[in-house]
Amino acid sequence: MGSEDQSHTHDRSYTRRRFFSAGLTGSAALYLAACGGSSSSSSSSSSSAAAGGSVTLNNLFQQQAGYSASDLAGMTAAFEKANPNIKVNNTLVAYEALHDKIVSAAPAGTYDVVLGDVIWPAEFGSKGIVKDITSLVNTLPTRQIFPGALVMANYQNKYYGMPWILDTKYMFANGSMLKKAGVSPSSLRTWDGVVAALKQIKAKGLVKYPWLGSWAQAEAVICDYAQLLGAFGGKFLDASGKPAFQTGGGLQALQFMKMLLDEGLADPASTSSLEADVLKAFQQGRIAMNLNWTFQLAGALDPSQSRVSKDDVMILHTPAGAVGRVAPGCNGGQPVMITSGSKHPNEAWTYIKFITSQTTQNGYVKDSLPIWSASYSDPTVVHDAGAQLVDVAKTQLPNMILRPQVTNYNAASQALQVQIQDALLGKKSPQAALNTAASAFTSGAPPA
Amino acid sequence: MAVGASAQAASPPAGGTSWRARTREGRFALALLAPSIIVVFGIVIYPILKTLYTSLYSVNTPFPGHFPWVGLRNYTFALSQSDFWSAVLRTAYFTVVSTGLELVFGMAIALLLIAPLRARWLFRTIIVLPWALPTIVNGAMWRYFFNAQYGIVNAALTQLGIQSSYHAWLSSPYGALNIVILADVWKNTSLVAFFLLAGLTTIPAELYEAARVDGYGRWGSFVHITLPLLRPVIVVVLVLRTIEAFKVFDIIYVMTGGGPANGTQSIAFYTYQRAFSDEFFGYGSALAYLIVLFILGFAVLYIRLLRSDTYSMA
Repeated sequence: MGSEDQSHTHDRSYTRRRFFSAGLTGSAALYLAACGGSSSSSSSSSSSAAAGGSVTLNNLFQQQAGYSASDLAGMTAAFEKANPNIKVNNTLVAYEALHDKIVSAAPAGTYDVVLGDVIWPAEFGSKGIVKDITSLVNTLPTRQIFPGALVMANYQNKYYGMPWILDTKYMFANGSMLKKAGVSPSSLRTWDGVVAALKQIKAKGLVKYPWLGSWAQAEAVICDYAQLLGAFGGKFLDASGKPAFQTGGGLQALQFMKMLLDEGLADPASTSSLEADVLKAFQQGRIAMNLNWTFQLAGALDPSQSRVSKDDVMILHTPAGAVGRVAPGCNGGQPVMITSGSKHPNEAWTYIKFITSQTTQNGYVKDSLPIWSASYSDPTVVHDAGAQLVDVAKTQLPNMILRPQVTNYNAASQALQVQIQDALLGKKSPQAALNTAASAFTSGAPPA
Repeated sequence: MAVGASAQAASPPAGGTSWRARTREGRFALALLAPSIIVVFGIVIYPILKTLYTSLYSVNTPFPGHFPWVGLRNYTFALSQSDFWSAVLRTAYFTVVSTGLELVFGMAIALLLIAPLRARWLFRTIIVLPWALPTIVNGAMWRYFFNAQYGIVNAALTQLGIQSSYHAWLSSPYGALNIVILADVWKNTSLVAFFLLAGLTTIPAELYEAARVDGYGRWGSFVHITLPLLRPVIVVVLVLRTIEAFKVFDIIYVMTGGGPANGTQSIAFYTYQRAFSDEFFGYGSALAYLIVLFILGFAVLYIRLLRSDTYSMA
């Protein structure tokens, strides 16, 4: 019994010693692993790829409008082939999660390259979330880039990214419905013409609601509103940077959206629809017309997804507010940015230069057109993108309207989204709603 | 002799040695506990304290740095905002309606599942499935069901002749909020049902037999035996579900994004938007603490109910 006790005690003390030594060994292993990581990280600084070491870039992109996941995979595979010392891990998230993921990952420096949006350079640049890469962008032949593309990454004359996805909202129409209703496509050059056409289509009983807007409480509604605001000659901000959308064209734009709902021309589901929902409705032949980004064309022409005949898919210039006016499209550009926490900024820039190059972009034109103006006269680009798209893009891309470039854009945009929806749902008049939104642009921030 | 000597050596004499042994045992226990203490401090206590600290400053960037001290002004600012109170009221509506419906449906399901049915295990397995589904998947599924253009609810109701044309279910604030509640109830009713089922299994069958002898029908047995004996379980379920419902976030993020016109914006979603979308981290931290206070209020209320219930049962 005593011997048993002794052996038990001995076992326990052995176990305890083993526990401590195991703990010590484990801690040492962890420490070494951490040191290893750190040393590997520091050794794989910006020059390591050039020195022959391997560098891994961790990037964040979106899986939605613009280039598809397979486009990005194709570009990245080509880049890795051309740069065998640089490996690329791309993470894709929904557009709605992109901003918040970039912000929350910024302190940890999780990502090297992130896909931005035209509305974020002011915020990201002023807060140091992304690098100022003006000197790098200026090494490129920027004169060959559409001016509308260059502004997407610019804030206060500095580039916080390199333009990549060049997009604007076009007008899409179901040619079969237009024909059945006796509507000439040329009448769709103005919004008055569009309204007349929608009424004719509705009167013929072709569809109950011929229009569907992407007017859900999201950035989508701001893009549609911006397009109409531009068409009616409005401005988001005046020369002194104060809100100006509550008067003139801005007010007219919201009144127009409300009128479409009130007259039964726009589907009430517009207030809960995003661009992807609008595309699906178009593909199902449930609507006659809508505004959407370039990706709708590829989706509508795909017979495996669309019930609308290829010949009936029409992409048109966004309508003007009145005859003789030129209507700008909403600038939906998305630049690629280098995060301030990136440990491999040189490799990140190499990757960015590759995917934004004219050669790479010319190879993937179905979902997003190149930023390079010369591409639009390249026969391969015209063939792959389709003459219909290139023709309309040539006139619309040089003329785009920017959403406000303000550092508190997200808060201001959310306030405007809610007020636009309040007006569309009849809870407020368009004037009252826009007045409230305008005050949120300059106030409403917590104490500082 | 040898055995006796070894036994003497093994058993520590009373006094100093036992103190040393106790100290050694204490150190050993501390060493064993250290990892959990570090983890608990790292992932629970440190964030709680850091959030409290952040809530007293004006922090408008995700990076560390020196920020202006604002004291309790983030809290007073929140309490003065109509958006904040609208979100609180909306969340309270969501909490009361969803928890109430889950309790009613959960009770009905629990009563069915305790009945001596053939293949009862199969029914119990099927019932638990909605709860096993990730909330994100559940939200995406219900958003798809109620989509105005291509959702199966519209297709089914139209083809059955119940409605003549498609309805925009998620396009009005009140309608959208109720659809979100429906999705939440569908998912969480099974959890409530299983809690209540566990409570039902503890009620002795003799009580029902005695009630039957006394002339009580099924309703009478339910009111006079089942409900009173299930009260402790019901209170626990209410506490858990109320706290969870008040923190509702993910299902709203997926289904409506807080819209239309902020009609489904819960207090947790409002906090997330202020903190991460608008980058008002100080203000967002203050909002997080206000949510904690609300939940604490509910918890205290329920614990009091539970205590009074326990005493009355005793």
